[in-house]
Order: sequence, then C-alpha cells, then structure tokens
Amino acid sequence: MVDQRNIDVNVNGKSYSGAVETRFSLADFLRENLGLTGTHLGCEHGVCGACTVLVDGEAIRACLMLGVQANGKHITTIEGLADGNNLHPVQEAFWKNHGLQCGYCTPGFLTTLVAFLRENPDPNEEEIREAISGNICRCTGYQNIVAAAKAAAEVLRAK
Amino acid sequence: MKPAPFKYHDPQSLSELVDLTSMLEDAKILAGGQSLMPMMNMRFVTPEDVIDINKIEELNFIKLSDDAIDIGAMTVQRELLSSSSIQTIAPILNEALAYVGHFQTRNRGTIGGSLCHLDPAAELPALASLYDAQMVVHNKNGQRVIPFDEWSFAYMMPCLAPEDVLVSLSFPKWKLNHGYSFVEFARRHGDFAICAAGVLIELDKNDEISKVAITIAGADVKPIRLKAFELDIIGQKVNEDLIRSAVEEVKKIETMSDAYYSSSYRKRLAGTLVERALIKALERAGGPT
Repeated sequence: MVDQRNIDVNVNGKSYSGAVETRFSLADFLRENLGLTGTHLGCEHGVCGACTVLVDGEAIRACLMLGVQANGKHITTIEGLADGNNLHPVQEAFWKNHGLQCGYCTPGFLTTLVAFLRENPDPNEEEIREAISGNICRCTGYQNIVAAAKAAAEVLRAK
Repeated sequence: MKPAPFKYHDPQSLSELVDLTSMLEDAKILAGGQSLMPMMNMRFVTPEDVIDINKIEELNFIKLSDDAIDIGAMTVQRELLSSSSIQTIAPILNEALAYVGHFQTRNRGTIGGSLCHLDPAAELPALASLYDAQMVVHNKNGQRVIPFDEWSFAYMMPCLAPEDVLVSLSFPKWKLNHGYSFVEFARRHGDFAICAAGVLIELDKNDEISKVAITIAGADVKPIRLKAFELDIIGQKVNEDLIRSAVEEVKKIETMSDAYYSSSYRKRLAGTLVERALIKALERAGGPT
C-alpha cells in the first residue's frame, strides 16, 4: 500500500493541491510531482547543498525534509527567483562574475545566498565563505562565487 | 537513495505522540530530520512507521527559571543561536552551535533530535554532558528524568525504550561571569569534529577554581567528562602546571579508532583541545560576584 497524503503548498507564488507519497522528499515532490526540475539533487544526504530551497523564507535542504511536511508552507525554488525575464540580482551577479561552470550546484548556491544576504546584507568575505560552506561546487574553486556574492550584496543594498 | 516505504504519522500533541509510541513496534520519531532523513535515504534505517513530531507546539520552547534553562526537544538550533537569554546565561551554547552543520541544517535540526541520534562527535550531546543536563522523558505512564550521565546506553543509542519520548532538557545555570570555551577540530567546517572539548569554570575571590566541568567529544563512543580530575583541581589556581596535568589526564582516557583516525591521534588531539579550551575559559572567567 502506498502511503499518501493530500497537501496544499504555495510554490513560487502558485498554489498547488494534491497527493504526495509520504516517503517523497520535498526535492522529489518538487521535481516529480510539480515538474520543477531546477532543484538539483547531488548527494541526497544533506552534504552537498545542491537541493537548497527556501521554506517560509528560510534556506533548507530539500532532500532532508519530506514533501508532506511542506503542507501549508510557502516554498521558493530556483524557478521563483527571477522576476519574469529579469534575473534576480544574485543570478545576475553569478552570470557577470562567471560564478558557475557546469551549473549543477548553482540553484543551491543561489537560494542559499538569497537567504543569507537577506539576513546579512553587508557581509565580509569570511562570512560569505562560511555561508556557502554547506554548498559544494566541483568546478569553479569558489573564487568567482564569492566575487558574485559580494557584487550581489552591493546591488541588493543599493535597492 | 530514497526512503523505503513507511506509514507517516503526524501527532498534534504530546499525548497523541505517546499513544502512538506505545502502540507502534517499529517506529522512528522524525524531529528535524537532519540525521534521520539521510539514514532513511541511504536505507540504513527502514522503519515501518515514521512519527513526525514537528506539529507538536508544546515541544518547542526556551524557558528560564532561577536555576536552570529548560529547552524543549523540538527547539531548532537556529532558535537557540538567536536566543539572547542563552547568549547571556550559557554563551558556550552559542559557541558550540556555530560548529553544528551549516545554517541550512541549523534551520531544521533540533536539540532533541541531536541528543537522541547521539553521534559521538556531536556538539549538543557534549554540551549536555558538560552541564550534567537533566533529560525529561515521557511515555504513556508518565514522566521521568534521566541525568545525562545515564543517557548514553551504547554507541549512538540513548537509554530510551521504544515508547519513550525526549520532551525537554534542563541545563543548570552557572554563575553569570563563569569562564567557558568550546573548541573542536574538523577537516572541513561543518563536518563532524574528529574531537571537540568544552570547559566551564568558576573562580572564587582568590582566583581559585570553585567549580569546573571538562568534556571531550568524538574521542570515544560518547562524550567523556573528566570528573575525577575536576574534583582534584577544585580549590587550585590555574597555572601552567595545572593545564599540563589536564593534558596528562586526557592521556588516560579510552579513545576509539576508525578507518580515518587512530585512537592515539584522537588522544593527542583531545589533549591539545582540552588545553586550548582551558586557557580560553580561564581568560573569560571573571572574579566572584
């Protein structure tokens, strides 16, 4: 017997209601039930940070929360960061600073930094490095990711 | 990398929860999920029933009394870190919590979850050991209090029966100007420490030790308190000899070995960390109030 529950969630401003298998992680729910495949799964045990999404504004690992636990919550995924065709300042900064190569880890970095810069709008380099220490990138060596975070912080502060 | 099928339960109150735990035979309690979810994803554990306790509001609180801080088992690590009363009364909690995982995992990880998972190198059990925390446990027949000394039954196994539920922890208060320090060593920030050491210290008006607690985590299967040594140094002044004798004392403890770090390496590391923590705690210890 498949154990299922009906849940209501708001994802990127849209409401969804439907059944979810209770053993599905939030990441699997987003990807398989809602087709939002921007949330990437790297390690599926909370180490790599690729699946980071915002739940009620807070960055969490979507592989370490069940989809059923998102009932009644507001979720922001990578698909919800841009405003139409205008990239979010953090996305824009990653593009301008070449903060990605293969892009697999990027959704997790972006959601992580959006949450971090909201709480700490003027971080120093050490704080940025600590904030992204829970996200693993195997391409870029983090240099440009840190540069992008700094640039994004500046743009967001000016807003 | 997906959990095996299970039946999901989400009790809304403590009484519903203990009803469930008294009935279900192969259930796991899901707190913040930062340890259980990886273990289920990797199918290290495949419970028949998962009891999600995130909806039980009465398990989420920080309460101050005259002589203790009581913390509900479902209080998330982020809330502990941002609590100004913890910052003033038990600042070592802040210092240690900054080492716990990453901010994304601290947004979900709970104090009770960490104490029940009981990883040997985890910071929160080390703090509970340092404070001789009182663990408040409920089941259908009522409540009992377990001192942390008796909490660890075996490797990653608290002394809880299947029907028992950890409800809260009580940390006795130390003098406001006590010295404290929590240090650890890990290969990468946010990883489990290879070893960690915590020290709490109170000095009297002659700068002599009136109360002290020293804990080492990660060296063995559970946190080690140096209780005999603590008793020995009451009434002494802290100087280089005393710190050296602490390092000697650490050489006597049993340490474990694994594929990465030998027991002798752990022992040496534990000695170094105890030394650093003692020195820092002493710097921070004020005179009598």
